[in-house]
Amino acid sequence: MTGVAANDGPTWETGPGRWIGIGSANDIPRRGARCVVTPQGRIAVFRTIENRYFAIEDRCPHKAGPLSQGIVHGRAVTCPLHNWVISLESGEAEGADEGSVGTFALKVEEGQLFISAEALAGWAG
Amino acid sequence: MAEKLVIIGNGMAPGRMLEHLLEETPGRYRVTIFNAEPRVNYDRIMLSPVLSGETDYEQIIIHGDGWYIKNGITLYKGHRIVAIDKAAKTVRSDRGITEPYDKLVIATGSVPVILPVPGNNLPGVLTYRDLDDVNAMLLAAQSRAKAVVIGGGLLGLEAASGLNARGMEVTVLHLMPTLMERQLDAAAGYLLERAIEQRGIKVRTKANTRAILGADRVEGVVLADGSVVPATLVVMAAGIKPNAELAKDAGLHVNRGILVDAHLQTSEADILALGECAEVGGHVYGLVAPLYEMAKVAAANLAGRETAGFVHSDTPTKLKVSGIDLFSIGDFADGEDREEIVLRDAAAGVYKRVILKDNRIIGTVLFGETSDGAWFTGLKRKAANVAEMRESLIFGQAYQGGAALSPMAAVAALADDAEICGCNGVSKGKITGAIRAKGLSSLEDVRAHTKASASCGSCTGLVEQLMTLVLGGQYNPAAVQPLCGCTALGHDEVRRLIKAKSLKTISAVMQELEWKTSCGCAKCRPALNYYLVCDWPDEYADDYQSRFVNERVHANIQKDGTYSVVPRMWGGVTSAKELRAIADVVEKFEIPTVKVTGGQRIDMLGVRKEDLPAVWAELGKAGFVSGYAYAKGLRTVKTCVGTDWCRFGTQDSTGLGIRIEKFMWGSWTPAKVKMAVSGCPRNCAEATCKDVGVICVDSGYEIHFAGAAGLDIKGTEVLGVVKTEDEALEHIVALVEMYREQGRYLERIYKWARRVGLDEIRRQIMGDSEKRKAYFDRFVFSQRFAQADPWAERVAGKDEHEFQPMAEIGLPVAAA
Repeated sequence: MTGVAANDGPTWETGPGRWIGIGSANDIPRRGARCVVTPQGRIAVFRTIENRYFAIEDRCPHKAGPLSQGIVHGRAVTCPLHNWVISLESGEAEGADEGSVGTFALKVEEGQLFISAEALAGWAG
Repeated sequence: MAEKLVIIGNGMAPGRMLEHLLEETPGRYRVTIFNAEPRVNYDRIMLSPVLSGETDYEQIIIHGDGWYIKNGITLYKGHRIVAIDKAAKTVRSDRGITEPYDKLVIATGSVPVILPVPGNNLPGVLTYRDLDDVNAMLLAAQSRAKAVVIGGGLLGLEAASGLNARGMEVTVLHLMPTLMERQLDAAAGYLLERAIEQRGIKVRTKANTRAILGADRVEGVVLADGSVVPATLVVMAAGIKPNAELAKDAGLHVNRGILVDAHLQTSEADILALGECAEVGGHVYGLVAPLYEMAKVAAANLAGRETAGFVHSDTPTKLKVSGIDLFSIGDFADGEDREEIVLRDAAAGVYKRVILKDNRIIGTVLFGETSDGAWFTGLKRKAANVAEMRESLIFGQAYQGGAALSPMAAVAALADDAEICGCNGVSKGKITGAIRAKGLSSLEDVRAHTKASASCGSCTGLVEQLMTLVLGGQYNPAAVQPLCGCTALGHDEVRRLIKAKSLKTISAVMQELEWKTSCGCAKCRPALNYYLVCDWPDEYADDYQSRFVNERVHANIQKDGTYSVVPRMWGGVTSAKELRAIADVVEKFEIPTVKVTGGQRIDMLGVRKEDLPAVWAELGKAGFVSGYAYAKGLRTVKTCVGTDWCRFGTQDSTGLGIRIEKFMWGSWTPAKVKMAVSGCPRNCAEATCKDVGVICVDSGYEIHFAGAAGLDIKGTEVLGVVKTEDEALEHIVALVEMYREQGRYLERIYKWARRVGLDEIRRQIMGDSEKRKAYFDRFVFSQRFAQADPWAERVAGKDEHEFQPMAEIGLPVAAA
């Protein structure tokens, strides 16, 4: 675990129903991912071929590989270190592997992406 | 409150027991496991294929770390239990953990027998029990020196075969007159010895080891007759014995193994034992089938469910050495009250023997042709009276009831309770039932749902026949290996159709070839991207989202998510200016490790992804370009100093290496391509283990190819000799283009060459100048689109999004 390390990013308000803007949906290539850096660690934000967006911890349950760097297929990503396949919807490892990563609620409004403040506040990193 | 279950040992038996227990009474126990080995539960039966290189450790893990987490099981890896306190009901580990239990399961397995001879503790003397042993053997095998395996039983022969496959010169020493004498009669033992020797392994029977020689490490083995067998590695595979010391020290009743009743209960209430360490009804076991049976019974016991208990039954023996089929079960000693039926076919190397007592089968030995093993086992288990079919019994099931049956009909004729998978005790009825009830259509599905053929895999053929029987034409086991789970087509078929149908995008391939998934997977997408880059160099736009991260960001990802950067050093030649630039970059970006690579260049490790473009910009100022150390493409051309400096050099090897590298850099290939040019046959550039190599001689250039020095070690083959540097370049380029066009993604040159045939490659490249010229021209054409330095492109702003986070979020504040 990386623990909480302050960074230069803007502060945000906690509480139910609040959202934090993280940029334009088009900043992410289709079948690709970008990172969001937080004091608790990195979050990987994915865009699938059908233009659905998902945010999960950027840390494979196997050996902490950066999932944002993996190949995105369907609604899953293959970790670049040892090829575990993680579901973007559930955060669970697929196939014979077992383990899971946390997921974060996202919403898209007028082409902008927002991550749930409540989910982020509840994340220990 | 859950009861505390502590398990000592984490092998296959307790692993299977837990699976049953979790299914039967989830949540009843809080489970803690102490594993003396520092790892999870893996399939020990498959260690031999790991040794021989047919599979690897990742593939044989049964329970990954996630399984323990999901089931709330605490696993202490690398903790050996040193004491059991029956009164306090606690166990203590060598690392000082004391753990209380309500129920304790001892599953300490077995230990190898170490011959009590001088020198048995020298470095280089190994046993063959676990992954550490395999890794130690693999390390020793890299020297390609001599190995001695003591013991010609199952384990010893598998070890010998694996080491042989890894390039070692292996001698098997066996005390008895014939191999595997506990499972095979003398005739089959002889056939086995012949088959083993045919693979280049020496066998010495009646070989009594007197001592192991060596000053600081193993140098050889001395036999009782005084002869010496030289060796740098000695593997002791002279048998195993139950590991019952811990139980004995704790005051449990122990004979050969830990004594347990049919319900696996030891002499102590609340303590069970199972697996190779347990002795039940006078038997100890070493094969997986009875151990899995014990696992079932132990789980029922822990769940408080009554069962009939563990019943002894013979388990067939099979040897996992590819190409050698042998099968044995039961008792095959001669005796007055016994009759035997023997079939020998010397030409085919087949030997079959069935031993009868009172018209019932009590033992069977099959060598060379073992497909009737399951049938004979079934007759033996049922104690069927075979008087009626005596005449044709030895010919097997296919010959019963008149006309000969086809293999399919033979499988169809098996009774529903006939055992198909010996390791997991799975019957025919269970497999066909699961195929029908759950609509299974692939071998993987059947393995997942029934466990049949999921352990040693030797019944795979039978399982596939059953699938054909149930599914008919829907299942075709002879079909080519599909490229991945997204398609039924193999690599070659996909490549052919990409050309034939002029498919020029990944989505067109997936649409036209009826991919089963929306956008493929991490296996097929990089393969398709390569095929399209190779086949349509001017038309296809490289799909970066289908490239593995290293090729997408042009650096090598490391285990902590940082990257390594390797600039090209043409032919391994550098200068003060270049070295100074590297030194400056290392200091400026505080790069933690700088290392010289095996390909004669410099690797900077531990660069943060965000810093990559800036690092490349600095390197670019000194004239560096990407070294493609991350690519399925041309990596390095290693050279020696040739006629420039060397008093033995015959040609300008450095110059030719640089020329090849400058001509071919940037090209994508099915798998990485490493080259070398040596200036004389002393071969200082080690060209004879490369994908492509050149040995310069006085009269010209000897071109080599299809070498390997990684997972496999293989010397190169000679393609041919040419007179001039220009010819050398043309031949090498044509060879690589042929490989680019025919290779399957991730298939190295030596594997491709083995598949298409060395002679065919020589014929096209050496013998057919038109073909060669055409290959050469196609390569040159594709280089027009490939030779753009990816680092310079990214310094100029390409794919900027790759290297920066999309957002940074700070700390939360309370809402106003």
